[in-house]
Amino acid sequence: MDMAGLLGQSLFMPHDHHSHDDPHALLPSDPALRVKALETLLTKKGLIDPAALDEIIDTYENKIGPRNGARVVARAWSDPKFHAALMEDATAVVADLGFYGRQGEHMMAVENTDTVHNIVVCTLCSCYPWPLLGIPPGWYKSDAYRARVVREPRKVLADFGVTLPEETAVRVWDSTAEMRYLVIPKRPEGTEDLDEEALMALVSRDSMIGTGLAGGS
Amino acid sequence: MSAAGKPEPVFEAPWHAQIFALTVHLNEAGHFVWADWAARFGATLKAHGLARELNGGEDYFAAWLETLEGYLAEIGMAAPSEVSSLRDAWEAAYLSTPHGDPVKLADA
Repeated sequence: MDMAGLLGQSLFMPHDHHSHDDPHALLPSDPALRVKALETLLTKKGLIDPAALDEIIDTYENKIGPRNGARVVARAWSDPKFHAALMEDATAVVADLGFYGRQGEHMMAVENTDTVHNIVVCTLCSCYPWPLLGIPPGWYKSDAYRARVVREPRKVLADFGVTLPEETAVRVWDSTAEMRYLVIPKRPEGTEDLDEEALMALVSRDSMIGTGLAGGS
Repeated sequence: MSAAGKPEPVFEAPWHAQIFALTVHLNEAGHFVWADWAARFGATLKAHGLARELNGGEDYFAAWLETLEGYLAEIGMAAPSEVSSLRDAWEAAYLSTPHGDPVKLADA
């Protein structure tokens, strides 16, 4: 148990009818109790299957993540035909790799070059290409990122340690429930001899959102 | 912030994962379309963000929960009074269950 939990038990919990030797189960937070209430009610009504919820959580905690996107990027770097098809119809091409489903119904690849750097946001909420990148990180969902990246993308990039040449334009893509974006970062120099697996290791999650570069930062 | 650091948990708290999964499941079962959900959720985030800047963690999922509670009430799937009494029943169950024992609702 962590320190806050210990303090909470011994000092602040106003349940004197329990002895210290026999404390009750640790009370979840109010929102956690409200979620349990929703689950219980909908389960009782036969509207949800609790096992399906566990399956969804397991999928996003353990099975789907940025490695999927990294595979797409690495293949686009090393296979010109794949690259051309990806830029033409990303949704179909990544579906062929098995990356489809929830929040991946319509995907578009946007490619960084010497003249343009792409960066993705969802100003409405947190739309994100789940099949390729998993669940978005906290900062992607923060007001600070969602508001600032549109207004001052270069400053946001600087916060992430990314400095672009002045002649590189920054293009911001605003995701929606209908369209999600995958940034294809620039392939680092000196990686001509690397195979797909080795290239994948260079492709960070942030580089596919546009807040990082492949092979660093 | 950087991908090079230690791995970040996908969900910071179990209830974040649970409300996420619940919403995805309800959408896939056809109870609402995702675009409608996203529009409502975006509106809640905007309303919450007027008072203070949201950090994208606990406050993000607080907005998510408020949106889902409101939406399910509106489409007649979960009346606020029923949710509220079940919430209180869970609280009572936790407070009356010895530490280490599984927590169950009296009538579940």
